[in-house]
Amino acid sequence: MNPSKTIISVKELVKSYGTLPAVKGISFEVYEGEIFGLLGPNGAGKTTTLEIMETLRSKTSGEVLINGLNVDTHPQEIKKIIGVQLQAAGYYPGLTLLELMQLFSGLYNRKINKMEMLAAVGLQDKAKAKHKELSGGQKQRFSIATTLINNPKIIFLDEPTTGLDPQARRNLWDLIRQIRDNGTTVVITTHYMDEAENLCDRVGVIESGKIIAMDTPDKLIDNLIASGFERKKEVKKANLEDVFLSLTGKEWKDE
Amino acid sequence: MNTPPYSQFQATLAITRASLKSIFRSPSAVIFSLMFPLIFIVVFGFIGGGNISVDVGFDKTSDTTNVLYKILAGENSGVNLVTYPTAAEMTADLKKGNTAAIISILPIDNLKDGKVKVNLQLCDASGRNGKIFQSQLNAIISTVNSMGTPIADMKIQMNQPTEIKGRAYKSIDFILPGQLGFSLLASGVFGTAFVFFSLRQTLVLKRFFATPIKRSGIIIGEAIARLIFAMMGSMVIILIGRFAFGFTLIHGFTTFLNMIALSALGLIVFMGFGFVVSGLAKNESSIPPFANLITMPQFLLAGTFFSIQNFPHWLQYVSYALPLTYLNDAMRKIAFEGAGLWDVHHQILIVVLWGVGIYLLAIKVFRWE
Ligand SMILES: Nc1ncnc2c1ncn2[C@@H]1O[C@H](COP(=O)(O)OP(=O)(O)OP(=O)(O)O)[C@@H](O)[C@H]1O
Ligand SMILES: [Mg+2]
Repeated sequence: MNPSKTIISVKELVKSYGTLPAVKGISFEVYEGEIFGLLGPNGAGKTTTLEIMETLRSKTSGEVLINGLNVDTHPQEIKKIIGVQLQAAGYYPGLTLLELMQLFSGLYNRKINKMEMLAAVGLQDKAKAKHKELSGGQKQRFSIATTLINNPKIIFLDEPTTGLDPQARRNLWDLIRQIRDNGTTVVITTHYMDEAENLCDRVGVIESGKIIAMDTPDKLIDNLIASGFERKKEVKKANLEDVFLSLTGKEWKDE
Repeated sequence: MNTPPYSQFQATLAITRASLKSIFRSPSAVIFSLMFPLIFIVVFGFIGGGNISVDVGFDKTSDTTNVLYKILAGENSGVNLVTYPTAAEMTADLKKGNTAAIISILPIDNLKDGKVKVNLQLCDASGRNGKIFQSQLNAIISTVNSMGTPIADMKIQMNQPTEIKGRAYKSIDFILPGQLGFSLLASGVFGTAFVFFSLRQTLVLKRFFATPIKRSGIIIGEAIARLIFAMMGSMVIILIGRFAFGFTLIHGFTTFLNMIALSALGLIVFMGFGFVVSGLAKNESSIPPFANLITMPQFLLAGTFFSIQNFPHWLQYVSYALPLTYLNDAMRKIAFEGAGLWDVHHQILIVVLWGVGIYLLAIKVFRWE
């Protein structure tokens, strides 16, 4: 990681839907090679912010630079260097995963090893299944696989682990760390705090369109403790998730 | 990293390939573009013609003072005498099978034998209608001859019919081009409207937007897929028509190619209607009514099943405003008159004008999100 180098810079970003202000002037930076988490309650403006960075939505005002490219003037260039997993996206339902990978390989102009990419998200056994035949979590994993096709500099993941079973979630964390270790910057949103704590190098907390905190998870926790906060009850040495994982194993689950 | 410049073409082709696979796996697409036309061809092919009266070309130079003319021109003769500006046009129509026969009544040559002479030209293109008229005429002549009065000494004799080598005109030759035109309309309007609407709804388009392909590339990629699919459908319809129902391809492969070229033009124009529908439709269930509003009137009025000439005049004005009318017209001229594409440039021009208009509208109403 090279914490001094900024790869994404968002300044005074404002987005209004009609008269409803969804994002109210937020600024932050993402450093090259880190996993940056955007946290916040439903409707806080995470997806809106993400999709503006992905050049999929227009902004009302502010400046967004992705790898030095302005989203207003260079959307096509930006799309070539980012990988995008949308909170909600669709694929031709009647096509198999291999055929869809082929499609995206063409869309990104990249030659890929389709099977290897599917294996990265544990879908090698589903390669010949149609997209509509996948379970919700498998669809989610497929969507994540498509973000890696163009070997992107930055990937954006909008709630990638929502709907995943604990095994898939943990394996995905490993995958995301591995992607980060290969030099790709990761911007991720999540509602799971354990995930943010485990995975993210830094997090920004958004509420009602404003950033209300930004730091490393450790620092935020330390700050809270320093303010005199104490947990009501001491936690046990294991939790239900540990029980589930020890019962069902750590491998990707496919049927 | 040194990568070659991004190719929109490669990305567009990727969409075409994927979309084509997707279309082929969708039963409704196959039913719309193949099953319906073929069913109609079969059904209407068996119902056939059922003419009330036969059209007969009438030589303008004929003698109209004799009793034979009065009978033939009479109201209930079952014969409809048609005159033409030139003899060449009359012969041409006979060869196409549009008229059952050509009749000319020669003036009585009193110096010779004082008999009325009739020249009858038949052509195998008119099929049994020519034979029917010949026997009708024989019956009339023998009746007149046996009546004796008031022109007792008039004798009618019929010359040997001149068989002009034409070709058989079968009802499939009329029905197939119309069905082809209609299948293109249905596939263009319904197919395009549903595909773009559902790609938008299911957020497939949104995922495409996150890749470097341009929006025009997405439309072109999808459109090419639909075009390829519809052209394959057209080929299947023509080939089944040819080999199962004896559809006539006058100049063989050339006629086939001309029909396909015209099909492609028709489909591209009709896809414009589909874009308009997908832009205007608020939800999935409002697509069929919209699309029917466009396809149904053309289905009935554009000469798909019935010749437009059978409609009352005011309705014909409507017919002659519809693009499918011109596509059908051009398709028939190419298919059974053996015309080339240039011979139907007037019809093509009107279809193209419709295309320009509808795409201008489509650009206005089309929605991406
Ligand atoms: N297309 C839209 N039109 C109008 N309002 C919108 C639109 N998209 C989002 N909003 C509104 O903007 C606000 C922020 O929405 P956004 O999707 O960014 O939230 P989020 O933080 O991603 O929430 P969640 O955790 O539920 O995904 C919400 O109040 C939402 O209702
Ligand atoms: Mg969201």
